[in-house]
Amino acid sequence: MGLMAQAQTDSQHVEMADQLRANGKIYVVVAVLLVILAGLILYVARLDRKITRLEKGTSSKGS
Amino acid sequence: MLRQNWWKILCVILLTYTFVAGFLGQVPAKPILNETIRNYYFHIAMWFSMMIFFIISLVYSIKYLRSNNHIFDIYALEYTKIGIVFGALGLATGSVWAGFTWGAFWSNDPKQLGAVIALLIYLAYLVLRNSMTDVDKRARIGAVYNIFAFAMLFPTIWIIPRMVESLHPGGQGNPAIHADAHIAMVFWPGALPGWTLLGVWITTLRIRLELLTEQ
Repeated sequence: MGLMAQAQTDSQHVEMADQLRANGKIYVVVAVLLVILAGLILYVARLDRKITRLEKGTSSKGS
Repeated sequence: MLRQNWWKILCVILLTYTFVAGFLGQVPAKPILNETIRNYYFHIAMWFSMMIFFIISLVYSIKYLRSNNHIFDIYALEYTKIGIVFGALGLATGSVWAGFTWGAFWSNDPKQLGAVIALLIYLAYLVLRNSMTDVDKRARIGAVYNIFAFAMLFPTIWIIPRMVESLHPGGQGNPAIHADAHIAMVFWPGALPGWTLLGVWITTLRIRLELLTEQ
């Protein structure tokens, strides 16, 4: 809705991904945080898989 | 539960929602707080998760005392550890937040002091455990101490800071920001379960590692 209204009021305006830089650029912070979150989750998920592999290794040996 | 995956995916979804809605969503405009009100999704979630971890730990300590099953002692220990980590993060984030809203990073506020005392009591749990070499003795005394440590949360965090004057919201007829619908929509379905599940995930990894090294 907001984008449509903007396009109507300014006919010369070229459609760009301006939203990402608008409103004090808070979107950039969100993007950075999501990258950090993704990195941390990836790290924990890999650790999870490693431990799973270890568990399978010990149980097959019958400990 | 320990080795299932669906709740880990849920954790990632909820935290992503917390970050996106937490920064882009609407929040009430309040003087002094301004945009820092968004800390609600992070600072308060830390404390709330900590309490959940300590409750889980308490349950496992009681289970240990009833059954003498060594595995319950490992669960109790690891949930206490993650609770201490989240509590320390809650303290640190609260200090940063206070630095820009109360005017000082540390002001010996009852809430701050109570939180520090509660965390020190839990840290002593780890020290106490490490002071004993006998595994059964350590588990038994640890479990009993853990119950005491949990009981101490009542005066240090839940009662005394709310009876005396404090800069912190939530006491003295000073309403916290629970009432706001926008904040509630991010905090209850997003931030709280998301952060808690992340802590549970890390804890289950540590428990599994502990069980592995014992084999």
